[in-house]
Amino acid sequence: MIERTDVIVVGGGHAGVEAAAAAARMGARTVLVTLSQATIGAMSCNPAIGGLGKGHLVREVDALDGIMGRAADKAGIQFRVLNRRKGPAVRGPRAQADRKLYAAAVQGALAETAGLTVVEGEVDDLIVEGGQVAGVRLVSGAEIRCAAVVITTGTFLRGLIHMGERTIPAGRIGEKPSVGLSQTFEGLGLALGRLKTGTPPRLDGRTIDWAALDMQDGDVPPEPFSTLTAEIAQPQVQCGITRTTPATHAIIRENLARSPLYSGQIESRGPRYCPSIEDKIVKFGDREGHQIFLEPEGLDVDTVYPNGISTSLPEEVQLAIVHSIPGLERAVITRPGYAIEYDHVDPRELTPGLEVRKLAGLFLAGQINGTTGYEEASAQGIVAGINAARKAGGGEPVIVDRASGYVGVMIDDLVTKGVTEPYRMFTSRAEYRLSLRADNGDQRLTPLGIAAGVVGRERREAFAAKMAAMDSARERLETLSVTPNEAARHGIELNRDGARRRAYDLLSYPGIDIARLMPIWPELAAIPARIAAQIEVEAQYAVYLDRQDSDIEAFRKDEGIALPADLDYDSVSGLSNELRDKLVRIRPGNLGQASRIEGMTPAALGLLLSRAKRPKVA
Amino acid sequence: MAIVRVSGPKVREALERMAGSVPEPRRAVLRAVTHPSTGEVLDQALVLFFAGPASFTGEDVVELHLHGGRAVVAAVIGALGALDGLRLAEPGEFTRRAFDAGQLDLAEAEGLADLVQAETEMQRRQALSQAGGVLSRVYEGWRARLIRARAMIEAELDFADEDDVPAGVSDRAFAEMGAVAGEIRAELAPGGAGERLREGAEIVLLGAPNSGKSTLLNAIAGRDVAIVTDEPGTTRDLLEVRLDLGGYPATMVDTAGIRETESRVEREGVRRARARASGADIVVLLADGLDAASALPAPDGAELLRVRTKADLIDSSAERDSVRTRFDHTLSALTGAGVPEFLADLSARVASRLGSGEPQMITRNRHRVALEACAAALDAAQASRGAGPEIVAEELRRASDALGRVTGRVDVEDVLGAIFGEFCIGK
Ligand SMILES: Nc1nc2c(ncn2[C@@H]2O[C@H](COP(=O)(O)OP(=O)(O)OP(=O)(O)O)[C@@H](O)[C@H]2O)c(=O)[nH]1
Ligand SMILES: [Mg+2]
Repeated sequence: MIERTDVIVVGGGHAGVEAAAAAARMGARTVLVTLSQATIGAMSCNPAIGGLGKGHLVREVDALDGIMGRAADKAGIQFRVLNRRKGPAVRGPRAQADRKLYAAAVQGALAETAGLTVVEGEVDDLIVEGGQVAGVRLVSGAEIRCAAVVITTGTFLRGLIHMGERTIPAGRIGEKPSVGLSQTFEGLGLALGRLKTGTPPRLDGRTIDWAALDMQDGDVPPEPFSTLTAEIAQPQVQCGITRTTPATHAIIRENLARSPLYSGQIESRGPRYCPSIEDKIVKFGDREGHQIFLEPEGLDVDTVYPNGISTSLPEEVQLAIVHSIPGLERAVITRPGYAIEYDHVDPRELTPGLEVRKLAGLFLAGQINGTTGYEEASAQGIVAGINAARKAGGGEPVIVDRASGYVGVMIDDLVTKGVTEPYRMFTSRAEYRLSLRADNGDQRLTPLGIAAGVVGRERREAFAAKMAAMDSARERLETLSVTPNEAARHGIELNRDGARRRAYDLLSYPGIDIARLMPIWPELAAIPARIAAQIEVEAQYAVYLDRQDSDIEAFRKDEGIALPADLDYDSVSGLSNELRDKLVRIRPGNLGQASRIEGMTPAALGLLLSRAKRPKVA
Repeated sequence: MAIVRVSGPKVREALERMAGSVPEPRRAVLRAVTHPSTGEVLDQALVLFFAGPASFTGEDVVELHLHGGRAVVAAVIGALGALDGLRLAEPGEFTRRAFDAGQLDLAEAEGLADLVQAETEMQRRQALSQAGGVLSRVYEGWRARLIRARAMIEAELDFADEDDVPAGVSDRAFAEMGAVAGEIRAELAPGGAGERLREGAEIVLLGAPNSGKSTLLNAIAGRDVAIVTDEPGTTRDLLEVRLDLGGYPATMVDTAGIRETESRVEREGVRRARARASGADIVVLLADGLDAASALPAPDGAELLRVRTKADLIDSSAERDSVRTRFDHTLSALTGAGVPEFLADLSARVASRLGSGEPQMITRNRHRVALEACAAALDAAQASRGAGPEIVAEELRRASDALGRVTGRVDVEDVLGAIFGEFCIGK
């Protein structure tokens, strides 16, 4: 039994896995404590990774050398880039994954990570010494000492499952909830909140009438998540599409009183964007039908995830609902859907490095912070893991800002604004959306990861090679130029003003890509396809990116003005009580964060400025 | 007296063109401040120059201590703004410059924060009170429509593949963008509502016929502006008097007595009275009996003052007591009793509505700049329809940021709220 280590990560979900692996990559001796080794990397909700906004997060985790992207590439059985017909900034890579393959890929990645040990057990309490985390105590009585702890226990904190009139205390279905840590958090004086989420019933795929359904294929060829994945090896499958019917809606309306959501049994807030089928009918019942994707959970398993009918109605009602849906008339439910309520910690208790302000050395990541989704969890996990390792090594925290990544947007939103519903990533949350694209996650974050020490050699080298290729391609495109007359000979009509245009500038014209320029400059054929694609995106957005760059510069100026962590807001005269309370609660790390607090005024910012530290001159 | 502060590299040039020359630093001198292009003398002002970096902001700074009234201040600011490279400071910008120069000291920051607070609070109030709340309703309307337009575009970006956002929503969004941009332009155009904004507060006298409105107006104006008779329904049209209330400009409006009537002329008078009251800053409800005032509909948005008139006719002390609990003021326009107290109260209310110092011209100027930016971004959004929805969304974000400087920030949460209210999103 290990008695001492650098970093302990509690929980083997998506946040815990990334946190543990990141801490270990940073060189910290790391122990991952999980209830069961077998459930590491489990997908407890739908068997898919990525999507709009979420796909960006996967690419960012990958850019920091995380596990999720590569695991999804190994396990993906249907890849599709969402919003393909829209601009590159809002495209979201997504993949259906084979559950078993995904868990195996994650467990395999952990096994390969040097300095990481997995321990089965349940953490009962933290060991605190001198106002610092000093280790954890397991239910078995064993103690492990460490310098930093990352807790990623998801929905396990006082989890309560609702299925019709029945309630079952549980973390996930079939797994017990964690009560000890809830008490630990209360003891620390952390503000807790309660949220709700739901999951649909699972179906036996052999009992679905696939022939009656519309089927959807993935992309050909599939586009991997990870820049280190050369190609997707798994065979690709189709998904079915069906819809609810007026009969479905009638059944739901009749049984509404039996839904814990409407009987008053559940009071906590669920997400507005992922409503239960009950909610959909109550709020948007006038629609003729609501779409359902039937997603196979694996290549060699028969369970199917009906995406779109999350419910907590009693089992027999769930069955009636399923049978009212075309193609599912004879479907067998292998596991009923349910709603789960759970405690989360108010993320305003955290620093932008995800450390709990009230207890040095304690980090939180994932659903425990009020988020939902594997990708949101992973992205927080990797940041918490990096910073836990930093803490153990005596270094400054690594913070990703809103201008560098969706992970930065998410964490800033969480720690500045808190949550009122489970927080999910949307591209609209990112004000620098045109700059923060799924295609350039590596360019945005890998250098930061390298500087932090969380990126391994393979990625470092691959990244350097890619950047060199990008630079040389860009240079070539910026030196080649053409007159409007020459261009016209190749069928490209420009304003005939006699001015030469650079090849790079031509790429910003609608309908012109590198392939279109090859007749003029055959040597462009030497640019590798991946590189060409990315340069085309940059050129297409060039005008907007320039404008965003100057916005980002102004933004970073404010982010660079640090507010002391121990600032005595009571001594700042002239602040309204309301603002003072918010400042004390949130403790913004810098002027920029302070300016995003709701109700902040220019006058109050002036007062904060007088207490700010002058930025370090770079 | 008002102090206008200018900071930055153009201060010396501004001084040369408007005050003859750059005075010796840190020595107050009396100068004629002239308009740089017309040469017209705007004011005799005390000019105090600070050479950077030994100044509050670390840059060259000049303070103009002006002696003229609001019109003079407005003229000087207008003249400064006409100089190349000079513009109105953003709220808090002086503090920020001082900080950037490493010059910010705590006491100064606190003093300045008070000013900024007063200024921004006043602007907010002015935005609300200008045109008697009508303007703020217009702005709020634009804001709500912009949020909806954004929601429709964002919904297509963030939720498109889920079949939850019906095709064609963006058409509605584009129609909305065009409409809002058009309305903003109309507002900003010469003769538009934004131009017609009056200076100061508007006070409307409202009451039943014969309650003594015209008599009170005459008493306050000090001359016979309105006809007074003992016949109910004497006043038919709106009558305005410009007043100076404790230094703030105000317009007091006498109106037709409110009642049901057969006379077409009087009915129109009553309609005008109500309409004017609904846009007023302060509505004075007059009654010469106990019940009359409470029977009147109180227009929302405006501040209400209940006044019992003809106090000289109240003879029992019991009545005097019960009047006191139901009215803010008891006065007699005939004897003058209670009128000074009433005016003092009115002045205080006007002062707190208009705030201290900054001429409305500045607020209007800021609003104009913000609204122009908003309209320009809306144009750009429409023009980029072919470039892709994410570009349209980017321009819309800019448009709502600009409008947000007038109406208060538009947060993504507002947009998401509109999306989830409109569409059944998600699996
Ligand atoms: N005793 C006394 N009589 C007053 C006073 N104020 C007004 N009156 C009388 O009340 C009558 C109506 O006064 P007006 O000022 O014309 O009333 P009004 O509210 O303007 O009436 P309309 O224009 O018809 O709506 C006149 O005969 C005034 O002389 C007051 O303070 N004391
Ligand atoms: Mg009258």
